Amino acid sequence: MLSRTADSLFWLSRYVERADYLARTIEAAQRLSSLPTAYVGENNEWESAIATAGCGRIFYEHHATATGETVAHFLVNSPHNASSIVKCFEIARTNARAVRTALTSEMWDAINGAWLELQGLNASSLTPHALPKFLAFVKQISLLIDGSGYRTMLRNDAYWFSRLGIFVERADNTARILDVKYHILLPENATVGGGIDYSQWAAILRAVSALTSYHWVYRESLKPWLIADLLILNEQMPRSLAACYSNIVANLDEIAGAYNRAGPAQRTARAINRKLGSTKIEQVFQSGLHEFITNFIGDNNRVGAAISAQYLV
Amino acid sequence: MAFDEMTEGAGKVRAPYEKIAEWLESVPREQLQQRRLEAELFFRRGGITFAVYGDAQGEERIIPYDIVPRVLSRAEWEHLARGLEQRVKTLNLYLADIYGPQNALRAGIVPPDLVWQNPAYRPEMAGLEVPHGVYVHIGGIDVVRVDAEDFYVLEDNARTPSGVSYMLEGREISIRLMPELFGQHRVAPIENYANELLSSLRSVAPRNSASDPTVALLTPGQFNSAYYEHSFLADKMGVELVEGRDLLVKDEVVYMRTTEGPRRVDVIYRRIDDEFIDPLTFRPDSALGVPGLFAAYAAGNVTLANAVGTGAADDKVIYSYIPDLIRFYLGEEPILKNVPTWRCREAEHLQYVLDHLAELVVKETHGSGGYGMLVGPHASTSEIEAFRARLKANPEGYIAQPTLSLSTCPTFVESGVAPRHVDLRPFVLSRADGVRIVPGGLTRVAMRDGSLVVNSSQGGGLKDTWVIEC
Repeated sequence: MLSRTADSLFWLSRYVERADYLARTIEAAQRLSSLPTAYVGENNEWESAIATAGCGRIFYEHHATATGETVAHFLVNSPHNASSIVKCFEIARTNARAVRTALTSEMWDAINGAWLELQGLNASSLTPHALPKFLAFVKQISLLIDGSGYRTMLRNDAYWFSRLGIFVERADNTARILDVKYHILLPENATVGGGIDYSQWAAILRAVSALTSYHWVYRESLKPWLIADLLILNEQMPRSLAACYSNIVANLDEIAGAYNRAGPAQRTARAINRKLGSTKIEQVFQSGLHEFITNFIGDNNRVGAAISAQYLV
Repeated sequence: MAFDEMTEGAGKVRAPYEKIAEWLESVPREQLQQRRLEAELFFRRGGITFAVYGDAQGEERIIPYDIVPRVLSRAEWEHLARGLEQRVKTLNLYLADIYGPQNALRAGIVPPDLVWQNPAYRPEMAGLEVPHGVYVHIGGIDVVRVDAEDFYVLEDNARTPSGVSYMLEGREISIRLMPELFGQHRVAPIENYANELLSSLRSVAPRNSASDPTVALLTPGQFNSAYYEHSFLADKMGVELVEGRDLLVKDEVVYMRTTEGPRRVDVIYRRIDDEFIDPLTFRPDSALGVPGLFAAYAAGNVTLANAVGTGAADDKVIYSYIPDLIRFYLGEEPILKNVPTWRCREAEHLQYVLDHLAELVVKETHGSGGYGMLVGPHASTSEIEAFRARLKANPEGYIAQPTLSLSTCPTFVESGVAPRHVDLRPFVLSRADGVRIVPGGLTRVAMRDGSLVVNSSQGGGLKDTWVIEC
């Protein structure tokens, strides 16, 4: 297939995944901000939401403080934010339009439909009262796009590149949450217990829609190291770094099989996957959670760059 | 009174429209309105849109779609199709002639300066042979009716005529929205168009290409007004939709950049104008084209469809010579009529035009899309005077024609079903072994009462066009 087509499919998926993640981030922050201050402590949840979204620098160029209103507006549709939710769908649709021939009509319909809906977005859609409905809509759309791709696309390189986009972005998003929140997962906080920490931990899990999964997997109350285990190493958890990487490897292998040739993208992804497979959560904490996450984000970026160099240009 | 294709004289319904007339009688207005809304929704959801240049507001617009079909009988169509074939054959012969032996110039049929001074004439094409002598692989010939007998050609489009996707999508919509009407007619199918197009393109592949030639559709990109059509056709043909940056030329062979490395391209259906296809040969500031493409073309390693330089055959002055060219090349009488045309470059013609501006339609010789024209009977005195000045300053740039009383078809508008003026653009495919035309074409309709301007950029709408047995 055309390299440009593969590139568009890859980024189309990444931006839809990112929009979904941003919606979850806002949801989690909104939930925490409704708790009594005593439960949230010194932390401003909205500051942390901005940090998790990875756009702190630009945000503070335009806003003095992070409040529910400024952050929600910034992450949803601020013209200053190049990866706001609205912008994500806009870029996704631009990519979709560029590669219409590689999309099924169901996928196009889902993406174009979302974009059309968003044309009607206005200030009243973002009031604290209306916001949850909007965020639910965003999550629904990304499910629809993901699901229509899954159900209707031919299992060929077009499909594999679009799946790669989802998992590379998802790995990045999960890592970012951990990067911002690692301090509350550190062992010394574990002794505190009580409602404050519980809410903080639950918020992390909610942002990756893993709260219920946690209970099914561990069958005990929230423990920070188990949360880290779930999000980093547990392959059953679809947003964990390990699950993302086994998917990235599988899709890259499909491509290598179809083209009869593997390259740096396959080698780099396999190395990361092996590392995740042989790591225990205790080792992660011993060598430093923060360092581990920082390394991972770098590794993940290298995989993205290798995919791009090998196939997309 | 214009010729109405449904009712003649005192309310007598013409045979092809018998069942349509009954249907229009029986269907309540609200239902027509409902179906029209559904049609619009279909276009909007499908992203079947076009862009109007210079319009910041409506970046993507949909074309008004009128659900009442326009009908031609099989006999009418066959007459028209014979005329179209004759016309397009002549366009191809004329192009081969001006870029080759120049017989028509030597015989005095066309004044040589009209050829050499034509901005669409490409000296780079002189002496080049194109596969099977086909230049206009896809021709869009705009025809109108003024009575029950005659078809007039209004314009030949030999460059990159667009609109075929609307013809095909329009049919899909009317099948979906008016199954009962379809059930009562035998409508000639058009859905094989993309198939015909692909096999036409493959039939003109370079001699040295693989037995299974690779075809690609070259688009300027998604900000082009016809981008939807480009992606639609690529999809229906199952060929790659490429932009200039997806192609590269090495040793005069064209390749596309794929995830598996470079892959050779044999035939390019290009929807980019001549000036932009290759910055090395034509406009150096073009970012849309492919450096070296023309050299590969000239070397015979890739076929471009349409050929470079076809614009030399479709401007409005050359148009006036086409009947003579039909006689000259084919030894036949033209089947389709030409609209009488005054060439303002000729002093006597210019004088006539200046004396009759209020009755005439004056068009730019090299214009298109309904821009920059004067419709005398509909223009104010000041508009006419402003145009007179432009015409005098540059008579070569204009031709004039009488205002034709275009036929009308029943059309669903706000006041109900009313006659509106229409034209027709059939799409004519020229291939190695002859000409193919799918029955029908794109009917454009002026939605405003009395308006003769059918261009979509000026608010014109579309209709499905049926060729039926009756």
